[in-house]
Amino acid sequence: MSAFGSVSLLLLISLAIAPAKNYFSEWRHYQKQYLALVRSRGEAVTLQRHFHDGIQQIWLPGLGVVDRCTTCHAGLKEASLADANLPQPFRRHPVIPHTLDQFGCVMCHRGQGPATTVEQAHSSTEAWEQPTLPARYVQSSCGQCHRSPLTGTPQLNLGRNLLGRYGCVHCHTIKLPDGSAIKPTDDPPSLEHIADKTTREWIYAWLKDPQAYAVTATMPNFKLSDPDARDISAFLIASSTPIAGDTAPASPASKDQKAPDPAAGASLYGESFCASCHAVQNAAGNVVGGDVGPELTRIGNKVKPEWLRAWLRNPRVYDSGTAMPHYRFTDPQLSLLTAFLGNKTDSDLLANVHLDAATPEQIAHGKLLVTEYGCASCHEVSGIKKPDNFAPELTRIGSKPLTQIIFLPGMTHAIPDYIAAKIRQPRSFGAALKMPQFNLAPAQIDALTTALLALTDRAHDLPLALTVPAKPPSNYEPAGKAGQLMADMACFTCHAINGRGGDMAPDLTWEGSSVQRQWLQAFLKNPGTLRPALIRRMPRFNLSDDDAKELTDYIMTVYQAPAFDRDSMPLSGYPPAQVEQGKQLFYSKYACQGCHIIDTKVDKGYIGPTLTQVGSRLNAAWIYHWLKEPQTMRPGTIEPNRNMNDEDARALTAFLMTQKGSSKQEAKK
Amino acid sequence: MKRYLRTLFVVSLALVTAGCTRKPGTASALKPTGFGAALVESSGGKQIGATGMVLAQPLVVQVNDEQGTAVTGALVEFSGPAGVGFDPPSGLTDSSGQLSTNVALGDMAGRYQLVAHTSTKAQKPVELKMEEIALGYQEQVGFQLDNKYCARCHDPESTPERVSNYDNLETKPHPFTEGDTLNKMSDAELTAIISHGGPALNKSALMPPYGYTLRKTEIEALIAYIRLVSDPPYHASGMVYAQR
Repeated sequence: MSAFGSVSLLLLISLAIAPAKNYFSEWRHYQKQYLALVRSRGEAVTLQRHFHDGIQQIWLPGLGVVDRCTTCHAGLKEASLADANLPQPFRRHPVIPHTLDQFGCVMCHRGQGPATTVEQAHSSTEAWEQPTLPARYVQSSCGQCHRSPLTGTPQLNLGRNLLGRYGCVHCHTIKLPDGSAIKPTDDPPSLEHIADKTTREWIYAWLKDPQAYAVTATMPNFKLSDPDARDISAFLIASSTPIAGDTAPASPASKDQKAPDPAAGASLYGESFCASCHAVQNAAGNVVGGDVGPELTRIGNKVKPEWLRAWLRNPRVYDSGTAMPHYRFTDPQLSLLTAFLGNKTDSDLLANVHLDAATPEQIAHGKLLVTEYGCASCHEVSGIKKPDNFAPELTRIGSKPLTQIIFLPGMTHAIPDYIAAKIRQPRSFGAALKMPQFNLAPAQIDALTTALLALTDRAHDLPLALTVPAKPPSNYEPAGKAGQLMADMACFTCHAINGRGGDMAPDLTWEGSSVQRQWLQAFLKNPGTLRPALIRRMPRFNLSDDDAKELTDYIMTVYQAPAFDRDSMPLSGYPPAQVEQGKQLFYSKYACQGCHIIDTKVDKGYIGPTLTQVGSRLNAAWIYHWLKEPQTMRPGTIEPNRNMNDEDARALTAFLMTQKGSSKQEAKK
Repeated sequence: MKRYLRTLFVVSLALVTAGCTRKPGTASALKPTGFGAALVESSGGKQIGATGMVLAQPLVVQVNDEQGTAVTGALVEFSGPAGVGFDPPSGLTDSSGQLSTNVALGDMAGRYQLVAHTSTKAQKPVELKMEEIALGYQEQVGFQLDNKYCARCHDPESTPERVSNYDNLETKPHPFTEGDTLNKMSDAELTAIISHGGPALNKSALMPPYGYTLRKTEIEALIAYIRLVSDPPYHASGMVYAQR
């Protein structure tokens, strides 16, 4: 009897285990807490009505999402719970462009969606190894589907930019889901003719510490020993071959003259807008100028004067693909600039570099080192082939299984920590590793980590229909003689045409519809100031009349907007009443003078181009269409769309076309 | 036997309680070698960062004595609302009396009040309060749009990359930090003036309409950003997070 009693008691207890476990589960505890919290608030009734008891699940088969996060995170959609002082897991989710029901949680935050305990959902466990992503890298998740830059993800955009800018992808292949690969954007120089350009001493100092020469240098530090740097510099000089015409001693005539005036050199440097692309570190330590070309703070320590002179005369002799334009400087100008730049030196830089003549053994050892360190992955080096896949491919690095990673002692076992540590101090994972030390700020390391974390299995396996693809890269090449001229002047360094080129200067895809022939030809010969507030401006390339005409003809013929005929509206002869109406509209209804100048005595706005001579610069049909739809004419322009009616647009066009600019003003510019 | 058990119970209870009451944390091995009388901010306050991310510039504070001279070796500890991280959380001031820390803001958009603590020789606590702003996704979008479209006129300060047009305008625009004015305007009013321009609220036509240039969500983002940076803070939505 007592045996029967105890057995049935045991059975009863064992039957109670399951419901008890359920009753005491962690998520129930949170739901009770949430209800208690909700009761104390003003909008309790609404919040209670929104609450659902029991395990909640978001199931999105198309995305591979099974999320039970909302079981405990019960207030994610409640606007009234947006308060950092509330305890988690009850806060509202910040406003984002996606909804919870469409995307779930783990798409962006990682972690184990189906888990129902805090530990299993957020941390990596033996069975599940996907911990939640720290908030500082969350933009990486946007990058899984969005391949082009988004306004709201500056960190991801920066990281993707840096992968190219710091040349990571020279050594590490990164294939994108559409099959293309990320391309480097740093354009490391060829070393095949380096002896023409610089000295062995400079190479040695540069190899030892690139940032000592230029703080903005993207070249990493390989932490070379003195003998290794000595041998690599010996090999590079020994393997260099000369190019005819890439050095130019100053002509004897100019030698007779006295030393060029440094002030004149500085003003030529300014007038040529060298600072649009090149930076110089000033006395206060600030780097001022563009980052398209190399920093020039200590350029005099680096280049030989005769090479510099030849480079300034025509950079394409030494490097046919350089982003530097061919300025067509005159001989006296070349002397001025060469002297001005040659004076940019730092006496400490090479003071302690003393190298004896290289021995054949040193040169051979240098060659071995150049091969081992993969220098040819980035630079062209005589006698050494570019290695394929020199470093591990990073195509799916964001999903690399934790079991395949060797973590350092004391490190959090998670992929973001691993990637960030690798970028921060590559050699901390082993002194014999080849990856060099990059000179990156903490924010840049976070950005790079974010960009790499976006390269997940999910990013690659999602159906293309569910992704937002990037604009395909354009390999547009203008044809003929004009095309050669445009390559020679490196127009694409600053201007974009048909999807190719830089964003420093206006897009020229429809320039032929926009401007008048006469103005364009004169502007190419001698560019004037259109936007007074800009510090980066079109430099003067000293074009011959024939070249300016060739280029004008090509632009006027080829770069036309398909939507309208540029000659469909007359350049002058508008009725005075319409012109007057346009003037009224300009100054009162549309208040254009806030950003543009028509009358230099009264108007002050200088956000947009000065319009004093817009009637001789732009076509009437372009002005009309621009006023109607500026973003269609030039995507991304900040000119607001005013939703202008036809009558207003015509009147404003008539008024603007009367602004021909006085001949006096023309002559001044 | 029973008494033995009871003793065991009492002992174990005592052990458990002791384990619970032991104060965690404060065991910083740093021993101050100097004491100051005042804390001042050197740099890094009033930055605009993003939720969960490390601020671009480190926060630097300086400890001074009564005469205003920098104090070396003073212990400074940083604290902030939940979710804010400091690297390092505490330290001794260097030879110029300064201590620098990298700040990671919390996960919610808002203004974060950070506090630096030090103490005088007489163990009197000295505090310095600083504020940083964390942008969430929406405010981040607003910030980017402000940079592109608005700041040229609404920000009186010029940068090397962007010359301000503020001084050129006959009717001066309100800087977005100008809480005294902007906090009085409702979201609907701000939406109207951004979408339809100044004349929509009988204000200057120099403010053009952006309703045909920006999307509705972009205008909402811009307003979220304006609310967050306004000074004094906008209370309807601009949270100020301070330590409890």
